[in-house]
Amino acid sequence: MAKTMFEKVWELHEVVPETADTPAVLFIDLHLTHEVTSPQAFTLLREKGLPVRRRDLTFATMDHSTPTTTDQVFGGVPIKLASARGQVEQFERNCADFNVELLGLQDHKRGIVHIIGPEMGLTQPGKTIVCGDSHTSTHGAFGALAFGIGSTEVGHVFATQCLLQRKARTMAVNVEGTLAPGVSAKDVVLAIINEIGVSGGTGHVLEYRGSTIRAMSMEERMTVCNMSIEAGARAGMIAPDETTFAYLQGRERAPQGAAWDAAVAAWRNLATDEGARFDREVHIDATKIRPMVTYGTHPGMSIAIGDTVPVREGDAVYAASLAYMGLQPGQAVTDVPVNVVFVGSCTNGRLSDLEEVASVLRGRKVAPGVHMLIVPGSQQVKREAEARGLHEVFAAAGAEWRESGCSMCLGMNGDTVAKGQYCVSTSNRNFEGRQGVGSRTLLASPLTAAASAVTGRVTDPRSLLA
Amino acid sequence: MEPIRILRSRTVVMATTNIDTDQIIPARFLTTTTKEGLGAQLFADWRYDASGAPKPDFILNTPAAQGCQVLVAGRNIGCGSSREHAPWALVDFGFRAVISTEIADIFRNNSLKNGLLPVIVDTATHEWLLANPGVEVTLDLESRELGLPDGRKVTFPVEAFARFCLLNGTDELGYLLGQGDAIAAYEARHGKQAAA
Repeated sequence: MAKTMFEKVWELHEVVPETADTPAVLFIDLHLTHEVTSPQAFTLLREKGLPVRRRDLTFATMDHSTPTTTDQVFGGVPIKLASARGQVEQFERNCADFNVELLGLQDHKRGIVHIIGPEMGLTQPGKTIVCGDSHTSTHGAFGALAFGIGSTEVGHVFATQCLLQRKARTMAVNVEGTLAPGVSAKDVVLAIINEIGVSGGTGHVLEYRGSTIRAMSMEERMTVCNMSIEAGARAGMIAPDETTFAYLQGRERAPQGAAWDAAVAAWRNLATDEGARFDREVHIDATKIRPMVTYGTHPGMSIAIGDTVPVREGDAVYAASLAYMGLQPGQAVTDVPVNVVFVGSCTNGRLSDLEEVASVLRGRKVAPGVHMLIVPGSQQVKREAEARGLHEVFAAAGAEWRESGCSMCLGMNGDTVAKGQYCVSTSNRNFEGRQGVGSRTLLASPLTAAASAVTGRVTDPRSLLA
Repeated sequence: MEPIRILRSRTVVMATTNIDTDQIIPARFLTTTTKEGLGAQLFADWRYDASGAPKPDFILNTPAAQGCQVLVAGRNIGCGSSREHAPWALVDFGFRAVISTEIADIFRNNSLKNGLLPVIVDTATHEWLLANPGVEVTLDLESRELGLPDGRKVTFPVEAFARFCLLNGTDELGYLLGQGDAIAAYEARHGKQAAA
């Protein structure tokens, strides 16, 4: 029988299949862990006297609470935020006590967990990958089944390398056509979320398909899969192809030599079979997508930059959302004054994102009064960007360039947006207070973020592209 | 975990749609390394003013909300971040059930593991509950029925194994640890044993 990619990966990881009374026991090939959602799971292990069952499949880094200023990372200055410092120190102790491989604060390979997994070649097609973090969906770009879990489940995977799971439904997201210049993967995924809705993917694993997706680089595919959770789907997948294999070949933790050839041969069988049935299908015409921006307080509240904030009479929740954002129905979003621009996060903190930003900033200045913060997704991204001289472009434009981490995406480390300020952000969530108490987030692509930094208003980047 | 069989409680209504886990507990409180005491920070940015004083008009600060164990929320509660701190905070505050028409996947999973019953109801029942805050309802996990004050019973779905665990106060980890032989057999079958 014809099967979807999700069904194939699922069946390859069934330790015990599900029944009416019990969920499946699903084997996990890669468990990524970080300082925020693991402490309570380590406590569970200590209480029960259990070891980490598969240390070889467990990999730790620190990213959420970590500082991004060089003095605190490398200069010997203690982490200024005391609660963050305590969490980082607890994580170091936990990883040491349980003998889990950790990329510590000063490790040259450290970075956001969803950036370094692929970067190191840990993320591979056909794997089951979990992390106590909802943006684990990112890894689905490689044809892995990757999803976020809670801390209790982090403990389950530590102790047994397995999870109890019910099989999800499947949804095909077919994206067809060539993107217009200046329209990027972030615009595509914002358009998809706009179409599906922020809960449209609940209970489903998405599979992104079609010519637009096939034409994307791995970094672009990761941007799309990253935001699957913003449509309610725990996981989003893309079939592995030559682009996937070319990205992975030669990476440190990818299979090498004969093992590589065998792995690629197996990975070629993962794609959804011709004639396989999805529970639901949606179709997106990529040729119609324009640069997008959010105007409200969830990622589904987005418009093309040239459009006006929609009018919805009699919707109190909608009115409250606009009031929080300080916007009026019918207002042009290009009127919004920008205070802060944040480039980074697991959504858009990769080298190609920084190159796009530099392409706009080169020979231009950040507008007076705008604070632009550029935070690479990993230390490797930082090194590669600097090797290309991008940091000099950023400095010349007046933007700040930091060490890697989640930073202003959620402000846990103290990198926050002040109350009432507008931040054009390449991150993934525009929830109330996400970037700091009272912060107002406008999600957009790296190109749009850079263009908005230059003009001080929300700006369609095509107006600045040669 | 405390078993749940029957809950009888007045409801607290928060009709806002898409209540995300960043609202339930903002990220700046996630630097904790324990589960305890998070109820104080539940809905912190809606509940307290800039000086940290409770806002008197916020529902959880009103006398009517005190002692209520059932939260009726607008469509799609729990979206966004996977933080289990969200159900920890709700439970620490005193909630034992959340009712909506849609509940986000990860939040629903996390809730079930912490004795917080996620209850999905039809739109008509939901609208009635939203329009009648503070009514006393009964949630019977054995029969999977929500009982309304006029005697109506509305059936709600609960995953069979999670229901078993909630009814008996059983910890899922014990069940998983009991699968040790099957896990070892899987590892051997698929050549996934740990390197020596």
